[in-house]
Amino acid sequence: MAVTAIRKDLDARTLGIDAEFEATPERVWQLWADPRQLERWWGPPMWPATFTTHSLTPGGEMNYHMTGPDGEKAHGWWEIVSVEPPNRISFRDGFGNPDGTRNTKLPVTEAEVVIKAIGGGKTRMSVTSVYSTREALEEVLAMGMEEGLTAAVGQIDGILAEVPA
Amino acid sequence: MTVAAPATALAPDPDRIFAALADGTRRDIVWRAMTGEEGVVELAAHYPMSFAAVQKHVAVLERAGLVTKERIGRRKVVRSNVEAIRAAQRMLDRYEQLWRERITRMEQLLEEMKETERWP
Repeated sequence: MAVTAIRKDLDARTLGIDAEFEATPERVWQLWADPRQLERWWGPPMWPATFTTHSLTPGGEMNYHMTGPDGEKAHGWWEIVSVEPPNRISFRDGFGNPDGTRNTKLPVTEAEVVIKAIGGGKTRMSVTSVYSTREALEEVLAMGMEEGLTAAVGQIDGILAEVPA
Repeated sequence: MTVAAPATALAPDPDRIFAALADGTRRDIVWRAMTGEEGVVELAAHYPMSFAAVQKHVAVLERAGLVTKERIGRRKVVRSNVEAIRAAQRMLDRYEQLWRERITRMEQLLEEMKETERWP
């Protein structure tokens, strides 16, 4: 398994994940820098990604869509903050509207990728994602809320059903 | 038997949370308070009952730790709390899963391209 560590900090709204690959940093860098390789891993197999813009330079834009099994498209964008090949990328990662423009209402994630040689021909890649603002996080929470509340209510129904009348 | 708890006792208590959520109006208040935009007065306007009755419901939710009152400027708004923390945890779990799957695909791609000798 390539994943070697997971760091979660709920208060700081941060998820960190480390992975080690049997490859050089230059090779791992290509997974990000070559749009055709990026497309092979960014989206899930049932929702493959297509990058229509790929500008890996500071201030550069990435635009992509993922195509679902029924042909529906989910759009997304990145804005590149800084780039140091082959060791570091930081970018903002957001959702797109159905017409491909940026959706400014949905949350933006700030991501930092660090790629380092660790000896023995191996490379460690660390990806850290921070949810930009509390408001942004709450947007996501509000979307997941219904599911949570339905589950809680379902449990209450179950409890009530067990109580003898 | 219901024992009134001090408002400061915000540690999640499953019994209290279930009791608080067993009422439809209170479930609706938790849902509306996700955005934290409304105070008790505004919330009360949504329900065909007295302000005092809605205030009581909010107090029950507050004791269960499901909502908190928060000052924004001159106003005090009601904001959902404990369930939000759980939702945040679930969200981080989903992101972890997403990245684990991505890294598996990255590893597969590196292996596959090594075999086609595009990279040493």
